[in-house]
Amino acid sequence: MKYVDEFRDPDLIRNVSRELAQVVDPERDYRIMEVCGGHTHAIYRHGLRDVLPDNIELVHGPGCPVCVLPTGRVDDGLSIARHPDTILCCFGDMMRVPGTQGTPLELKATGADIRMVYSPLDALALAQQHPEKHVCFFAIGFETTAPSTALTLLRAQAQGIRNFSIFCNHVTIVPAMRAILDSPDMRIDGFVGPGHVSTITGCRPYEFIAADYGKPVVVAGFEPLDILEAILWIVQQLHAGEAKVENQYRRIVPWEGNRAALGALARVFALRPYFEWRGLGFISQSALALRPEFMPWDAEVQFEIPGVRVTDPKAAQCGEVLKGVLKPPQCKLFGKECNPERPVGALMVSSEGACAAHYRYASRQLVEV
Amino acid sequence: MCLAIPGQVVEMDAVQPLLAKVDVGGVRRNVNVGLLEQSELAPGDWILIHVGFALSKIGEEEARDQLRMLRAMGEDELAIEEVRGYAFDAEGAAHGAAG
Ligand code: SF4
Repeated sequence: MKYVDEFRDPDLIRNVSRELAQVVDPERDYRIMEVCGGHTHAIYRHGLRDVLPDNIELVHGPGCPVCVLPTGRVDDGLSIARHPDTILCCFGDMMRVPGTQGTPLELKATGADIRMVYSPLDALALAQQHPEKHVCFFAIGFETTAPSTALTLLRAQAQGIRNFSIFCNHVTIVPAMRAILDSPDMRIDGFVGPGHVSTITGCRPYEFIAADYGKPVVVAGFEPLDILEAILWIVQQLHAGEAKVENQYRRIVPWEGNRAALGALARVFALRPYFEWRGLGFISQSALALRPEFMPWDAEVQFEIPGVRVTDPKAAQCGEVLKGVLKPPQCKLFGKECNPERPVGALMVSSEGACAAHYRYASRQLVEV
Repeated sequence: MCLAIPGQVVEMDAVQPLLAKVDVGGVRRNVNVGLLEQSELAPGDWILIHVGFALSKIGEEEARDQLRMLRAMGEDELAIEEVRGYAFDAEGAAHGAAG
């Protein structure tokens, strides 16, 4: 159980919580999406639901990198690991994401050389240490992570390291937000914007959401006060009939983003015409591929990738949960067939996944507010 | 997966200007600083680290905020484990000019 006094400015948290209770209009309800999986985790972990007025509903967004990767892409990545003399490197979260024939961890147990790395540079280092092998990095993540892949690739190019490739699954958050806004079965009043993604992208890319869709976006940090404040700002905008992008996380996020990182992204990646997201389907211009000049390092060029689209098991409702249409416990498999020890869907794997967060922390309360 | 870990610069690598030795909770590892706009990092500066790269330079207070946040999320040990796991400054890996 977490006590509010452990946090930054506990008095402020109480104040914001009280202010929210006073300003909300009891006659209406509010659906606010926290886009980023880190926020989802924080909301559950700290039991923030319990300090919000009942008519504010938090909808969990698509900002969890392993959650949105469709099963077919997991299978594609694992097909690379089946090649002889090949090492496939993944981030830790990825190791337990189920493909059609099991997780990377399970494939590793059958003898495939799959290794967990903490940085794409670790994968590149492995390639240098094993010139007799090919090392492929299974790249996933939003704009927070993609620049690191870009610099790693530029380094491989500069050093002429040819036994290295990237299986690129980087996605960008804004097209997913647009898809959610365009989806008929969804009504979102405002967005808590992603924190660390925005250190790279800045706040400008969200401006169309305010301008074209009339929805407030408040980029927020990850402490309870940050999230509550962002929600308060959204409610205040709604009441004022305003829609703008605000930056609650100014202490970390520059409005203009990180230009060096954006430059690296532009140099290395091109937008794919479309990419499949788990739950959200195909979204145009939502993912990154290596530019043609990086073909020698592009796993999709160097390996024959099956590229088969795989539908999730019928009972698994990851898609609905990812879109915010269903809450995690509304999935029939939740806590039964699907649990953190044996996840059926990716949302049960990562701590940023709504199902894993709900499973672990749903009973928590931020007491003593 | 989207951990952003605060670390303090201990020294800049004389041979490879894109690497900085960083201290995170007593663990010291090399971190790539090629994504920073301001290349003039100095020992004592704080940075936010993600998958082996510095995402941004931050103030000391922000670094402490970030640490407290990781602790409150129960992710501080994970963060140190991640930094301890960075293996790209190992022998043979980072020799030669930085990309
Ligand atoms: S409980 Fe499992 S199968 Fe159901 S939505 Fe969550 S991750 Fe998917």
